[in-house]
Amino acid sequence: MRGTAIDLALQILQLSLVLVLAPALTGLTRRLRARLMGRKGPGLFQPYRDLVKLLRKEAVLAENASWLYRSAPYMIFALLWLAAALVPTFTTRLPLSPAADLIALVALIGAARFLQALAGMDVGTSFGGIGASREMMIASLAEPAMLLVIFTMALFIQSTSIPSIAEFVLSQPVGIRVSFALALIALIMVAIAESARIPVDNPATHLELTMVHEAMVLEYSGRHLALIEAASMMKLLFYVSLIAGVFAPWGLAPDDAGIDALAIGACVYAAKLIVAGTLLSVFEASIAKMRVFRVGEYLGGALLLGLLGTIFLYVSQSL
Amino acid sequence: MLRGFEFDIAHTLSTSVLLLSFALLYQRRLAGVLEAFALQAFFVAAAAAWQAYTQNAPHLFVTAAIALTFKGLIIPIALMRIVRRLNIHRSIETALGVNLTLLAGVGLVALSIVLVFPVTAASGALTRENLALALSIVLLGLLMMITRRNAVTQVVGFMSLENGLILAAVGVKGMPLVVEMSIAFSVLIAFIVFGMFIFRIRERFDTLDLQYLERFRGERSRENP
Amino acid sequence: MNPIIVILAIPLLAAAVLAALPWRALAARLNAAASLATFLAALTLFADRPAPSAFVFIDDFNVFFVVLTTFVAFTTSWFSASYIEHEVSISKLTPIALRFYHAMYQLLSFAMLLALVANNIGLMWVAVEGATLTTVLMVSLYRTRESIEAAWKYFILGSVGIALALFGTILVYLAAQPVMGVGIEALAWTELHARSARFEPALLNLAFVFLLIGYGTKVGLAPLHAWLPDAHAEGPTPISAVLSGLLLNVALYALLRFKLILAGNADALAPGPLMLAMGTSSLLLAAVMLYRRRDIKRFFAYSSIEHMGIIAFAFGIGGPLANFAALLHMALHSLTKSAIFFAVGHIAQVKGTQKLADIGGLTTTHPALGWGFVLGVVAIAGLPPLGMFMSEFLVITSAMARQPWLAVPLVIGLLVAFGALVMRVNEVAFGEPKGPSSAITASLAPMYLHLSIVVIAGLWLPPPLVAWFQSVAGLLGR
Repeated sequence: MRGTAIDLALQILQLSLVLVLAPALTGLTRRLRARLMGRKGPGLFQPYRDLVKLLRKEAVLAENASWLYRSAPYMIFALLWLAAALVPTFTTRLPLSPAADLIALVALIGAARFLQALAGMDVGTSFGGIGASREMMIASLAEPAMLLVIFTMALFIQSTSIPSIAEFVLSQPVGIRVSFALALIALIMVAIAESARIPVDNPATHLELTMVHEAMVLEYSGRHLALIEAASMMKLLFYVSLIAGVFAPWGLAPDDAGIDALAIGACVYAAKLIVAGTLLSVFEASIAKMRVFRVGEYLGGALLLGLLGTIFLYVSQSL
Repeated sequence: MLRGFEFDIAHTLSTSVLLLSFALLYQRRLAGVLEAFALQAFFVAAAAAWQAYTQNAPHLFVTAAIALTFKGLIIPIALMRIVRRLNIHRSIETALGVNLTLLAGVGLVALSIVLVFPVTAASGALTRENLALALSIVLLGLLMMITRRNAVTQVVGFMSLENGLILAAVGVKGMPLVVEMSIAFSVLIAFIVFGMFIFRIRERFDTLDLQYLERFRGERSRENP
Repeated sequence: MNPIIVILAIPLLAAAVLAALPWRALAARLNAAASLATFLAALTLFADRPAPSAFVFIDDFNVFFVVLTTFVAFTTSWFSASYIEHEVSISKLTPIALRFYHAMYQLLSFAMLLALVANNIGLMWVAVEGATLTTVLMVSLYRTRESIEAAWKYFILGSVGIALALFGTILVYLAAQPVMGVGIEALAWTELHARSARFEPALLNLAFVFLLIGYGTKVGLAPLHAWLPDAHAEGPTPISAVLSGLLLNVALYALLRFKLILAGNADALAPGPLMLAMGTSSLLLAAVMLYRRRDIKRFFAYSSIEHMGIIAFAFGIGGPLANFAALLHMALHSLTKSAIFFAVGHIAQVKGTQKLADIGGLTTTHPALGWGFVLGVVAIAGLPPLGMFMSEFLVITSAMARQPWLAVPLVIGLLVAFGALVMRVNEVAFGEPKGPSSAITASLAPMYLHLSIVVIAGLWLPPPLVAWFQSVAGLLGR
C-alpha cells in the first residue's frame, strides 16, 4: 500500500518534472549556442519568462478560425506532455511505465503532429499550408525511419517497452553492439528532424523560405502560443529522455529502487540533460541549415541506417 | 552473444569504416567528401593498428601508419588544394540521386553478406564479418566511382575502395605482403593525385563510356551530327 | 648467378641509367641494347633452369612467356629507336619526355618480367600494378587533351581492375590458409599449386570471380575493355605494340595461374563457363565495333580485344587441344599484332595521320611497308597458311568437339571481324594513293622479323615448342 503511494507520488513528480525541465533544456541550448557563436545570449530562465509573458497576453484569433484551431493547442500540449511523462527519466518505478511502449509513444507524437498540421491549415493562410505540407513531408520520412529503429530494437530485445529495453541494455556486459549504434545514430537524426532543430529547421528564425514548424504556428498568439511553445520544448525533452533511457540507461533507478537510488537517478538524469543540451548546441552551432529538398536525403540517410542496423542484426545473429 | 572485447572493437572499427563509405555517398559538397574520407582513413588506420595488436603482427602498424599519414592527412590536404585551386567547390553532380544511391548501397551490403557468408563457413566469426564488411566497402567504392562524376570524387571513391581492401587484408590472419601492397597502392594514388595537379583535370572528362574520344576520332558522327 | 635475377636486373639498371642519360641518340641505342641483353639472358633459361626461390621461379609455364616477352620487348625497342627519333624531329615529343619514355620502357619491361617470374601471388599483383602505372604514364606522353583523357580512363579502370584482383588474391589466401598456414610461402605459386586440392572450394570460386573481373579488365575482356582502344590510340605506337603484344598476355598469364589452382581442386567450379562468356562477348562486341572505327590504331586495338576474346574462349573450353590452341594463339597474336603496330607506326609517320579515311594506296607509294602491312592483316585475319589460321582452326574444332553450338558465335565473330579487316586493308593498302606521303625513316626490319616468324609457324612448328605447348596445355586442365 505504501509502495503504491510512493509510486503514485513518483509518477506525479515525473509529470511535473518534465513540465518544469523542458523550458530549462531549451534555455540551456539557446544560451550555449549563443555563447558558441560569440553572443552573450539569453539567460537560462528566459524561456520561462517568455511562456509566462505569453500566458498573460490575450489570445488573438483569426476571423475564420474554427473550434479545431482553438482546441488544438490544448490537445497538442496534452499529448506531448503525456508522451514526455511516459518515458522513464530517472526511474522506471512508475505506475504508467508499462505504457511506456515505443510504438505507443510514436503514436502520441504522430497524433500531436497531425493536430498541429490541421491547425496550421485551418486558418487558411499560405504560411500555415506550407508549414503543414513541409511538416508532413518530414514526418512521412521520419516516421518510417523511427519505426525501423524500433523494429531493430524489437528484433533484438523482443520487446518495445522502454523499461525492458533499458533493463536489457543495463544487463549487457561491456559490449558495443553495432546495430545498436546504428539505431542510435538513426534515432538522433530523426529526433533532430522531429524536434525542428538545425539542420532541418531553425526554431529561431521566421524566414519564409525555410521555416517549417514556425510557419504552422505563425497565427497563434497568447496562451495558445504558450502552450504550443511549451509542447515543442517538451518534445525536445521527450527525445532526449528517450535516447538517454534507451541507449544510456545507466543510473536509471529500477522498479524496486529506494530513496538513494532515486536520488542518484535524478542527479544522473540532470547530468544527461546537460550533456545532451551541450552536444546539441555544439552541433547546431557548427552546422549550417540544409536546403529543404535535402531534408529528404537526410531522413533517407536515417532510414538507411535503420535498415543497415537490421541487416547487421541478422549478420551478428547468424554468425 | 558474448564474443569478447577484441571482437567488439574490431567490429566497431570496421563498421565505422563502412558507415563512412555511406557518408561519402551521402555528401554533396567536395569538402564534406574529403573530410569524410579523411575520417574513414583514420578508422582504417585504427582497425589496422588494432589487428596489429591482437594478431601480434607488428608489421601491420606500418600499414596503419601509412593509412593515417598518407590517406588521412596528405592526400585529403592535397585534394583540398586542388579543389580550391581549380575552383570546383560547388556540389557534386550525381548520376543517380542521393537516396537511390544510398538504397543501392544497402543492397550492395546485403549482397556482399549473402556472397561472403555461405563460402566462409569454416573461418572464424571475426574473419567472416570483416570480409563481408570489406567487400561492402569495396562495392560502395565502386558505386561511388560510377555515380559521382568528378575527378576528385572518383579518386576518393577509388581510395575508399582501397580502404576496403586494406581492411580485408589486415583482417585475414597472417596475410603476408600486406605492407608491400599498401605501399604499392599509395604509389598509385600518389601518381593519380599528382597527375590531377599537373594536368588540372577538373572534371572527369566525360563518363566511363567512350564518348569524347570516339567523337574526336570521328567514330560517333552518325549519332551526334 | 641466378639468371632470373639477371633478367630482372638488366631492365632495372637500364632504367636508372636511361633516366640520367641526356644524349638521346645514345639512349635509344642503349634501350635496344638493354632489351637485347635481357632477351639473351632469357634464352639461357631454356638451358639452365634455376631452382625456385620464395619470390621468383621459372617453370614450364612461364619460361616461354618470359622469352616471348623479352623478344618482343627487344624488337619493339629496336623499332622504337628509329620511330621515336622522328617524333622528336617533328617536335611531337620534347627531349625530356623522351628520356622519361626510355626509362619507363625499361621499367615496364621489368614490371612485366617480374609479374611473369614471380613465385608469389602478392608480388605478382604488385608487378602488374607497376606495369599499369608505367603504361599509364607512357600513354599520357604526348600531353594532348586526348592522350590525357585516355590515360585517365585507363588509370581509373585499370586501378579498379587491379583492386578487384587484390580482393581475389586475399580470398585465395583465405581459401589456402587452413592448408598452408601463415607466412610468405602461403602465397607462393609452387606451394599453392601443389596443395590446391585441399583448399576451400567455395572461397576459391568467389576468388576466381574477382580475379577474372580484375585481371580481365587488364586483359581487355568485355565489358571492361573501355580503356583499351583509347590507350592504344593515344599513346606512342611502340607502346601500343607492347600493350597489345605483351601486357595483355601478362594479365592473361596471371589469370591462367589462378585457373591452374582451380583446376587442381576437384570441388571448385570449372572456371570455363565464366571465361567462355567473357570471351564470346568480347569477340562479338569487338568484331562488330571494328566496322565503325575511323582511326587505324583504334581499329587494331579492337582487333586485340577480339583476339583476347578468342583466347579466353579457348581457355574456357579447356582440355588439352583447346588450351594448346589458345597458347599458340597468344604467342602468334603477340608477334603479329606488334608487327602490325610497327607497320601502323610507319604509316602514321609517312602519312602524318591516323585517320583511316586519309590513308590509301600504300602498296603503290611504299611497297615494302604496304605489303608488310597486308601480310600482317592477312595473318591477324586468320587466313591459311599463316600461323593464326592453325590456332583459330584448332579452337573451332575443339569447340565443335566439346559443345557444337558453342562454335556458332565463335565462327560468326571470326567472320564478322574478317569482313572488317578485308574492307580496311583494301582501302589502306590498295586503291588510289591518298594524302601526303614522305619517305620511311624508321627501320622495317623488326616488322619483317615478326612476320617471318608468323609465316614459319604456320608452316612448321619446332617439335620442342609443340612438346612444350602440349605439356602446359595438359597442366591447364579443364
